[in-house]
Amino acid sequence: MPRPRSDLQTLPEVAGGGLLDRRLFLRRGLALATAAAVVEAQASDELPWLHAPGAPFTPYGQPSPHERLTARRIGANRAVAGNGVSFTPLEELEGIITPNGLHFERHHNGVPQIDPARHRLTLFGRVRQALSFDVKSLLRYPMRSQMLFIECGGNSNAGWHGEPIQRSAGSVHGLLSCAEWTGVPLSILLDEAGVDAGAPWVIAEGADAGAMNMSIPLAKMRKDCLIGLYQNGERLRPENGYPMRLIVPGWEGVLHVKWLQRLEVTDQPVMSRNETSKYTELQPSGQARQFTFTMDCKSLITSPSHGQTLPRPDVYQVSGLAWSGHGRIRRVEVSADGGKSWADAALEAPVLPRCLTRFRIPWRWDGKPAVLKSRATDERGNLQPERAALIAERGRAGYFHYNAIIAWAIEDDGLVTHTY
Amino acid sequence: MGWSRTPTEGAAALLSSLLLSACAMAPGAVEAPRLGQAVDGVALARQQLNVFPDGRGLPPGRGTVSEGAALFARHCAACHGKDARGGSAEELAGATRPLNTPAADKTIGSYWPYATTLFDFIRRAKPMAAPGTLNANEVYALSAWLLHINGVVSADAVMDACTLPAVRMPNRDRFIRIEAD
Repeated sequence: MPRPRSDLQTLPEVAGGGLLDRRLFLRRGLALATAAAVVEAQASDELPWLHAPGAPFTPYGQPSPHERLTARRIGANRAVAGNGVSFTPLEELEGIITPNGLHFERHHNGVPQIDPARHRLTLFGRVRQALSFDVKSLLRYPMRSQMLFIECGGNSNAGWHGEPIQRSAGSVHGLLSCAEWTGVPLSILLDEAGVDAGAPWVIAEGADAGAMNMSIPLAKMRKDCLIGLYQNGERLRPENGYPMRLIVPGWEGVLHVKWLQRLEVTDQPVMSRNETSKYTELQPSGQARQFTFTMDCKSLITSPSHGQTLPRPDVYQVSGLAWSGHGRIRRVEVSADGGKSWADAALEAPVLPRCLTRFRIPWRWDGKPAVLKSRATDERGNLQPERAALIAERGRAGYFHYNAIIAWAIEDDGLVTHTY
Repeated sequence: MGWSRTPTEGAAALLSSLLLSACAMAPGAVEAPRLGQAVDGVALARQQLNVFPDGRGLPPGRGTVSEGAALFARHCAACHGKDARGGSAEELAGATRPLNTPAADKTIGSYWPYATTLFDFIRRAKPMAAPGTLNANEVYALSAWLLHINGVVSADAVMDACTLPAVRMPNRDRFIRIEAD
């Protein structure tokens, strides 16, 4: 087994437990442990793809069959297969963009197979003139593109449990994805219909089985919401709302109504099932928080994370994601000693508002048990809380909007587990 | 491609506008093609599904607790349990642990703030295998039975567009609006 390079062992720590200066990777081009092993050169005649023509062209590319395990993890209702979630495998991905086939899903009653020629968006209620738009018409409107995360309000809810759940990062925190969304600013359509000044709510409704409906303040709709038509450059996938969905930057996923078919402008919220009985947070007092729209400041180390193993003491790159529905990420700190000391991680460009931000920091693991944590701060000064602080404030029955610091324990054999 | 400001067939209908005053374009508004087609308000009212706490959106019709019991057994009990205490789908009734205790029961009777939500949700989403197939009388009846087994209305209650919004749910005032007025 190769020994760690001597210069790695002498680099000064910037925080306890072996965290190194975040600029080191850039400055010195350090090799990571995972790439360090030296192997014998392979003879080229053992590689068949060098000596026979490759596969022909394909109309739509697919991942390598060797990557078939990089897949969404599905958790569905045993009686209704289309009722449930699928999680983005965050620990298998890099950068900040989620491939469209791996974007998380939450469906209440399956994915409708919509013929775009028969789908219409109707804008009605307290407007000067109720209007109906077909898909072709909307495609002719001015559009805007924006890279945005979408996070389910129920993401990470296993964090409320008394014991740390032992599952991969994506299987717990992967109701979170990030894409470039392109569509028509809703303000344009609202202006075209002419909105009553005394009607501060819009009820959005999908064309799925059950016509899911949610109330959203008109001010947010006007400010930055989109009728999303494209996801990462291509038309939406059916499971992400084809032919159109609402994009509500920084707010909880359930508001990004998929298969959008109706917008009713009203003077009051409809008090739908999903904004009363669900997506409200029961507090220790017995009262419940309602209309908690913004997804709070949060971060997650994706590498190393649960289920992975560090092969030997060496220098590793700790890498993860940070995001906030309030705006840009300003800072991510990482701790390797369970939160006793913290070092600033490097934020990788682009750092965009309401978008995932990738952070990285080098870490020298000495082979002893360690606890890695990350905590994010956004441009409004919101700091991701410790779990104990979140629970002290909200109790453990809130179910939604869990944004506490996530901790990974490294055992002396290199195995990574979830801890509190 | 280019956008024109061609008026559509919707433009004529602007003249017959109803309610509204402050409809001026916002400053800096984008030049847009105005391709929305005017929609007939009567046709819209027929298909719209939103039911509000004040009863707006409720259709004519009525349903009783006993009618609702039979409908629940037929359409709902397989997932929600015979007494609506939960199965493969969530519990709807029978709360024993109060909301201010650990593992509280969030049932219709213990948690839901508005009775109209029952009609809004059942009509659009239930039963899961055939959403939107129950008629108004059936939805009123199911609402009546669910309210009754939650101890909110009596066994002889009749639900309709007047009585349902008048039901005061026990947990009505226990919600704190965080980001809305």
